[in-house]
Amino acid sequence: MAEFLQFLFSGLTVGAIYALVAIGFTLIYNASDVVNFAQGEFVMLGGMTTVFLGYAGVPLPFAAVAAVAVATAVGLALYRFAIETAREANAVTLIIITIGASIFLRGAAEIVFDKRFHSLPQLFGSDPIRIGGATILPQSVVVLAGALIIMVSLWAFIDRTLFGRAVIATSANRVAARLVGIDTRIIVGACFALSAAIGAIAGVLITPITLTSYNAGTLLALKGFAAVMLGGIGSAVGAVVGGILLGLFEAFAAGYVSASYKDAVAFLVILVVLFAMPQGLFGKATIERV
Amino acid sequence: MLGNLKIAAVLGAGLATALAAGPASAQVKIGAVLSASGPASFLGDPEKKTLDIYVEDINAKGGINGQKLQLVVYDDGGDANAARTFATRLVEEDKVVAIVGGTTTGTTMAMIPVFEDAQVPFISLAGAIEIIQPVRKWVFKTPHTDRMACEKIFADLKARKLTTVALISGTDAFGKSMRDQCIDVAPKAGITIATVENYGPGDSDMTPQLTKIKAAAGIQAVVNTGFGQGPAIVTRNYRQLDIPYPLYQSHGVASKQFVDLAGPAANGVRLPAAALLVAEKLPDNDRQKPIAVAYKKTFEAKTGQPVSTFGGHAYDGLMILTEAAKRAGSFDRAKVRDEIERTKDYIGADGIYNMSPTDHLGLDLSAFRMLEIKNGDWTLVPDSGS
Repeated sequence: MAEFLQFLFSGLTVGAIYALVAIGFTLIYNASDVVNFAQGEFVMLGGMTTVFLGYAGVPLPFAAVAAVAVATAVGLALYRFAIETAREANAVTLIIITIGASIFLRGAAEIVFDKRFHSLPQLFGSDPIRIGGATILPQSVVVLAGALIIMVSLWAFIDRTLFGRAVIATSANRVAARLVGIDTRIIVGACFALSAAIGAIAGVLITPITLTSYNAGTLLALKGFAAVMLGGIGSAVGAVVGGILLGLFEAFAAGYVSASYKDAVAFLVILVVLFAMPQGLFGKATIERV
Repeated sequence: MLGNLKIAAVLGAGLATALAAGPASAQVKIGAVLSASGPASFLGDPEKKTLDIYVEDINAKGGINGQKLQLVVYDDGGDANAARTFATRLVEEDKVVAIVGGTTTGTTMAMIPVFEDAQVPFISLAGAIEIIQPVRKWVFKTPHTDRMACEKIFADLKARKLTTVALISGTDAFGKSMRDQCIDVAPKAGITIATVENYGPGDSDMTPQLTKIKAAAGIQAVVNTGFGQGPAIVTRNYRQLDIPYPLYQSHGVASKQFVDLAGPAANGVRLPAAALLVAEKLPDNDRQKPIAVAYKKTFEAKTGQPVSTFGGHAYDGLMILTEAAKRAGSFDRAKVRDEIERTKDYIGADGIYNMSPTDHLGLDLSAFRMLEIKNGDWTLVPDSGS
């Protein structure tokens, strides 16, 4: 029993990390049908900027806020210089542009920061919480709570505010949205900025567990994207559920099958789910009227 | 109109760069392919800094055989394919005399065929025993082998009467190689390996694997082979799960960065490492003490970073190469190679080297000391080493 609990906690820890990264994909996809593969770099920027500002003597809370601000600025710059200048291109081209942006950001981080691994202190100390013979780090609970809070806020934002409605409208039909007076440039730009901020917050929260380095974003974005596909792209709830499920699959595979194959097992399960529900667990099936 | 101006500017810049390359210099070129960035950066970065510092130092003292050295360094980022490309470039374009490099086992093994074919002496800075066994004519190495690390750890375990161990390894080339060596060496050392687990080098949580180890019966100690961030996370997870047995790491984490990342969890962790890490704490009659202390002081003064054994490997590699060139009286590749092979009783930062045609490493177990991490610092475990 203690073993099962420990695998469960491990899965929740890793799953919460994936969930927090996966949520960042939601907004941009909702606004523009673009999967932003630079999302991992926003997470990395959040963590690395906080670490380096901390080294420079800035108290960590302020460093974290500054890091989120920096990431938001980078997100805006990404939108203004890479996405908006290609605004007439279709979604696939824009996705490839974000891949290019992620490579650029990684290279810039390598030069601005350094090439080593870094960590941040855990928010509530490193004494593990003991439940039923198993342990979980307080920071894992923080990451989980962060994911849930952001998920609820995002859902409320998209579903309940006028701005959120405008986001949905922009992605449904850009021309029609403009015709009803929505400035789509501001909408999409704001979504990039918000996603960058969410990514940076994720980075600050997960760095005490995962450690960070200039290329930490790549693997995170990949896992986050897998989580998002599982949960249904465009749905905040789907992103979180997908992330947690992916983490649980990996942990139980590592515990009960073999650690060498945990990634294979996790992706196998994702494939099975997608065969049955191609739009993911919470995704909306796209209906095209002909 | 503007388009033409842009094209002209680009062409002009290209022409200027080509002209600025200048005439080829008459210096002797020494090549290095290091993993200064990427997952092995905390091995490759001190190596690069060490080579820079000491090549400059040698040149300031007049060079070797009356010629100045020019160091050509490429960063492979830990990628074996990139390393191989750079190796080819060093041989064909830069036409180096010899190479000190290959930060990781993976990158070294990728480059060996290039240097063997081109007949260029290659002193590797990586850990696995397969680099020099079987002995290849042009390949040497300075760091202790993973096999020696296993033997040193098992000797310490035996002395503490702990004979049943669990192994947890990274799936990178070094982690896997050392795991295989430990499994091979265990019976002769009187150690039983009861459980073997592994993890990916980029994983962020190893609690499932450690939970299985904790649940396994009869385990008395755990050995973690690997390098990079993996061992730091394993160590943290180890304490999080309250696993009561002693934890041993490999020499792949012999750097302050590991101690910082693992934090208080690293207390009590033992690992085999070069005397360099505890240079000032060595007894005064230790033959390695003067060289180790001198290197440590120079490195820390010039870079502001704590000394690392990986920088020590690079220092030894460079010094063995230049001493061989001095003895050969020339930079002919074959002559330098022969002199490297004749290195005898050379006191380096990492150990005392005695090379031979059948031994291209030249170190024995006395070059490894057993260290224990206490309060964020290295301490020498008594009754170990020469």
